[in-house]
Amino acid sequence: MSRAKIRTKLPTKSADPTVDIELTVNGERVSAEVSTRMLLSDFLRHELGLTGTHVGCEHGVCGACTVLINGVAGRSCLTFAAQAAGCEVRTIESVANKDGTLHPLQEAFRDCHGLQCGYCTPGMIMNILSSFNSSAPLDLSDEGIRDIISGNLCRCTGYQNIIAAVRQAAKAMSLG
Amino acid sequence: MKPPPFEYCAPRSLKDAVELLAADPSAMVLAGGQSLIPALNMRFAAPSRLIDIQHVEGLKGVVIEGGNIIVRAMTRHRELELNDEVFRANPLIRETMAHVAHVPIRNRGTVVGSLCHADAAAEMPSILLVTDGSVVTESPRGRREIPAADFFQFHMTTSREPDEIVVEAHFPVLPQGAGWAFEEFTRRHGDYAIAAVAAIVTRAGATDVVSLSACGVASRPIRLTVCEQIFAAQGFTDASFKAAGEAAKEYVTAPDDIHATNDYRRDLLASLVVRAVEKALTRSR
Repeated sequence: MSRAKIRTKLPTKSADPTVDIELTVNGERVSAEVSTRMLLSDFLRHELGLTGTHVGCEHGVCGACTVLINGVAGRSCLTFAAQAAGCEVRTIESVANKDGTLHPLQEAFRDCHGLQCGYCTPGMIMNILSSFNSSAPLDLSDEGIRDIISGNLCRCTGYQNIIAAVRQAAKAMSLG
Repeated sequence: MKPPPFEYCAPRSLKDAVELLAADPSAMVLAGGQSLIPALNMRFAAPSRLIDIQHVEGLKGVVIEGGNIIVRAMTRHRELELNDEVFRANPLIRETMAHVAHVPIRNRGTVVGSLCHADAAAEMPSILLVTDGSVVTESPRGRREIPAADFFQFHMTTSREPDEIVVEAHFPVLPQGAGWAFEEFTRRHGDYAIAAVAAIVTRAGATDVVSLSACGVASRPIRLTVCEQIFAAQGFTDASFKAAGEAAKEYVTAPDDIHATNDYRRDLLASLVVRAVEKALTRSR
């Protein structure tokens, strides 16, 4: 019986085609040589160590990986790092204030118990912030808030508390 | 859920993009990527090269010209949805757009990309079809305009040649006073349609014109021509609504699937046709 050889040394470099990219992440200039197929979510997490961006389904359904790309929410699992070249990307790590105090939206999530396990929360927060910043009118009815968060799945909360958190945050930020 | 390897290029001019695509028959065009990247992540597609057209000059923005809303290839869904001039010219577009996935997807995905992906249950192809719109392609052989009726061939199949890049979609402006409606049924917000109907009603006295299309019910978006003819011949009566609903059922060719049976879709389509025409009628002047 032949036995597979244990590989003691891993290849140091991928054979993938690569591309040089330069972008701004949370206000910092970043340049890197990345595999052409590297997803933005993997770039943020594995290359930059920004593990606050979570990866759920990797095909655009769950919303956990949502980040801001040039100010608007986008799925980082449905964006190649190469496509984000020249863009300004913001992740959950940039949301709290520099002194560690929470953003009003994070504060509201805590106050209203808008999270339990927290896996979906970074994507929720980035998506909601994008809606808060959008030129589109903000509808703070239950239906309107459900529409805003419809692209983010949460398996813990049953959404009610997230809806309350969005409303409280909008009020605290004098929106709507 | 990781894409297969591919070469990547991001040309700056349309000429370069056309040459790159013509040179490599297994290359694919990448616009917003909201349909293509899931397909790559799930390894349904394995192109040798992706030609990212986001930096190509002249492919951004929307203009209204000569009775058409001209949507260029890199125009994101959300951009078209929030454009007030587009809303005034063709309010059906904004109403429909609310059903296209979710806002973060619409922020990145492009309208033309969705048309080229041509999912049989996708909303925007049915809008191009019901408005008698068209797409414009560019290839080494020059420019070509393809009417919506010829463009959508089958689920995820269009009449675009492999070396053609779709550079524009033309959505006609609605006639003055026309009523419109888009009625869709899905189990979850943002899903592809189990069935959906787009309706335009143009009142012109004795010659009212009703245009109807549906998605999610056949192998491609379809015009409900028989239903249109019933309303044209009989006007808007209880009997014509009933007859049009019954006629709509015959258009359902989608087999039973995880979402709905064929019978269910038939009933659903009949209801949606009635609902859409009623709504469009109340909005017409």
